[in-house]
This record gives sequence, structure tokens and C-alpha cells, in this order.
Amino acid sequence: MSGPASATRDDRPGPSEGAAAEPIRATDLSVGYEGRSIVAGIDVTVRPQTSLALVGTNGSGKSTLLKTIVGLARPVGGSMTVFGHPPGASPRRIAYLSQFHASGFVLPLRAVEVVRMGRYPELGLLGRMSTEDHDLVAWAMRTMGVDRFCDQSLRSLSGGQQQRVYLAQVLARRAELIVLDEPTAGLDAGARETYLEAFAAELIRGAALVTATHDIAEAAEYDQVMLLARRVVALGPGREVLTPEALLETFGMFVRGAGHLGRFIVVERGGREVDPHGHIDLDD
Amino acid sequence: MLRALTAGILVSISCSIVGTFVVLRGLAFIGDALAHGVLPGVAVAILIGVPGMVGAALGALVMIGGVSLVQARSRLSSDTAIGLLFVGMLALGVVIVSSSSTFSGDLIRILFGELLGVSVEDLLLQAVVTVGVAVVAFVCARPFLLLCFDPEQAQVAGFSARAYHVVMLLLIAATVIVSFQSVGTLLVFGMLLAPAGAGALIARRIGAMMAWGIAFGTIATYVGLLLSYHLDTAAGATVVLVAVVIFFVVLLVQNVRAHGVAPTVVA
Repeated sequence: MSGPASATRDDRPGPSEGAAAEPIRATDLSVGYEGRSIVAGIDVTVRPQTSLALVGTNGSGKSTLLKTIVGLARPVGGSMTVFGHPPGASPRRIAYLSQFHASGFVLPLRAVEVVRMGRYPELGLLGRMSTEDHDLVAWAMRTMGVDRFCDQSLRSLSGGQQQRVYLAQVLARRAELIVLDEPTAGLDAGARETYLEAFAAELIRGAALVTATHDIAEAAEYDQVMLLARRVVALGPGREVLTPEALLETFGMFVRGAGHLGRFIVVERGGREVDPHGHIDLDD
Repeated sequence: MLRALTAGILVSISCSIVGTFVVLRGLAFIGDALAHGVLPGVAVAILIGVPGMVGAALGALVMIGGVSLVQARSRLSSDTAIGLLFVGMLALGVVIVSSSSTFSGDLIRILFGELLGVSVEDLLLQAVVTVGVAVVAFVCARPFLLLCFDPEQAQVAGFSARAYHVVMLLLIAATVIVSFQSVGTLLVFGMLLAPAGAGALIARRIGAMMAWGIAFGTIATYVGLLLSYHLDTAAGATVVLVAVVIFFVVLLVQNVRAHGVAPTVVA
């Protein structure tokens, strides 16, 4: 794993150098682990204030692509730049929410301390939390509706409450590129609405957003959707890409929709052959 | 006796600071391996007439190198490889010691320490290392916390997960090395785990966990020394035994309170 680039600390994009410093630019990118490719031939650009949803089954390469963006996995082939630099070189500009938090149950941590971690990249080793930092933490917790759990220990919270604390940590980062892996896992309907509103506001603030999700309704609202099934099935605006045929190809399953996009229900049919057309019933 | 108490308290402080991260990161097994890996180093050092601590440091470094190599190379079960590494080092240590007939007393001393025979110089060195451990832990508190929370999060936040992991291992090694003379290589592990573990059961914050650990360790040192004096038992072992008993008493009390077996307080 490479450390942060030391030469150019102040690499924030000026108004003139837009193209070079886009949040994400991937050209013929292959992602995978230990030299083995899982998804190849990814060409995608994510600009500031735009969003990209990754949709696919578990094992389709979504998480691997996200890990490559944040610098946890090396590109297996092709090229990728994040703000014009190799992935992992701009830690202060990126927020990342991973799918699993194994140690959340063991740590003697209060919820507020987890959210404060969102300020660590800015603060470094010994920088003191300023009033502004404290305000940001308080704002993030209010926004995700977890301010009342502030002083409770993380392990005393439910899974959904913990997830909202993690999302508050991401908000507190004030990142220019936000990368989320299955952010709605464990959230109830109300918390999901809170999450959607909060991160729509992050887009307006200027951040770029990349989200791996199973939630077709959420994905449909994104500027770009990438359907993944160990290869790029489709990439484009949500409403064009999320066709029943493409979804069937992505999930290899039975898709039932009520009304237009936004209310797809995806039903997994492990192993069973499904007739590509016979079982798709969009307008019932 | 006062020297033994001071040594015990210094061991408690450094072990609680380092032990907190050992417990939270689930490094118990690596801590154990480090503690035992020190043995052949000490044995060789005594054999060739170098201070035991130098050998201990070399043994610990070899162990850290071995553990890191194992973790980088094997994806499946690093605990098997680490386990073999530490048993191998332990066996090597005993083999080296047993090859010389003058060593049998030394072996007991290395394994179980000599809390009552600590010299003033040992104490000074221990104090210096304890302060050093505390300073490094303070400076690295944020990356350490991120590592405990989620190593990937630490990496993405710009704190090299691998580098800080090695710093953490070096802190464990430093603690083991200066503590082995008082509580021995076998027992230092108990002081790493028991007080910090008891602290983890009680505390809601990392700092509080360390403070509880230091308190428990100090109590264990005092009570253990008192008991060993009156019962004429091995000092280091008695101290560690008390620390472990404290852990299980705290665990029991917590469980009783959690399951409301004895609900004396109504909120």
C-alpha cells in the first residue's frame, strides 16, 4: 500500500484544471485482488457534484471497485486517477464507508467518538479539535438523527443505529469524494429517507458520490448507474440503464416491478433457470 | 519490597497502555508469541555474556519479522503459523538453555521473573521505557484507534495501516522486554491481558479503559506481593494470578448486573 504523495499537498482543483483533477477517471480499468481480475474494461468518469451507483449481486465486483477507488486495492490493469493522482494519494479529500465493521461491538467507544474519527484526516496525529470540528461532528450527528445517542457506547446501539453513526462519520469528513458500500444495510424506512436527504445535500454542497447498492429505487435517482456482473453490463443514466433485460442479466433473477422505475422488487432465484422474458412483468 | 512494588506498578502502567490495544485489536495471540519469542534471545545472550535485555530485544524483533511475514504470506489462518512460530521459539529457547548445565536456575528466572530481585538500574530502565511507551501511544492514539475500529478506515484516512501496526507490535515488544525481568516471559502476557481486559469490561472510553487497567494492575501488584510474602509463594506468579482473578471477578459482577440476578438498584 502506498503512502500519501508528499510532493503536492495542495492539489485541490483550480477552476482551470477541471479535467485533470476529476474525482474519478478510469480508463480500461481492471479491478481484482492479487493480480486476478474480477471486472475488466471499466471506463467511467465521475465529476464533482455527480453521483454513480454500482448495482450488482454480491461478488459482482462492486466492493472491489470501491476499494480500488479509495486505494485499498491496486488496479489490476488499465488506469485510474482520483483527483488526478493515483488512488490512495488524497486521503483528506475522500470519505469511505465499508460494508463490514467487525469490531464495532467490542470497542469501548461512544458514538460521538466514532463520528469524531471523521475529522482525523484533517487533524493528523496531534492537531486539536477546533470549535469548527466540534460543530461539524454535532451537525453530522443531528443530520443522521443520532445526536441523542451521543454519549452512549457504540456497542449498546442497534445495528441500524450503528450504521447511522457510521454515516454521520462520513458526513463529518466533509469529503469531496464520498464512497459508500451498501449504506442502507440495516436501515429502516425512516432512516433510509434521512440518509437519502443527507447525501443529496452532500451532492449539492459539491461532493461526488459513489455508492454500491442493492436498492434499485435509490440507484434510479443517480446521475450514472453501472450494472456489474463480473463485467460491466451497462453504464449510463439510471432511467436508461435500469431496464428489465439489463437487470435480469445483472442479477440472473426474476424481476417484478409495480409501475415505473423506482419500484422494482428484485427476487433472487438461486440456481433456477429463468426465461428472460416470460417472468418480467413490469406493469402489473 | 518497595522496589518490587515499584517494578510491579511500572509493569502495570506499560502493560495496561499496550494491553488496551492488544485486547481491542485482538492481538492477544501475537502478544503471547512475542512474550515467548523473547526466550531464545535471552538464552543466547546469557550464553555469550551479553545483557539479557539485548537478547530479548533481538528475539522480539525476529518474532515481529516472522509474524509480519506470516501475515503477509498466508491468507488463511495466520494463528496456526504464529502458534508454530512461538512454540518453535519457546522450544529453541529451552533447547539452548538445557544444553548448558548451569542454566536450570536461569530458565526459571527467565520464564517466571524475579520480582523481588529487581535492581535500581532495572527500575530506571523500566521507568524510561514506560514513559516512552506512554508518549508513543499518546502520539499514535488516533491511528491506533482507527486501526482498532477498522484497519481499512485507517488506511483510507491517510494513516498507513501497516506502519502503525508495526509501531503497535514494537510497543508490545518494548513492554515485554522490560517487563520480563520482573514477571518473566511467561507471565508478562498475563499482565498485558488481564488488567486491560477487566478495564474493557467496565469502560466506555479507551482512556478510561487504560486507567482502569492501571488501577487493576496496581492493585494486583500490591495484593499479590502481600500474599506472596505471607504465603511464601513466587512473587511474579502470585501478582499475575491476582490480576487474572480480578478479571474474572469483574466479568462475574458484570454478568450478574446485566442479567439482573441481584437487582438491588431500581432506576
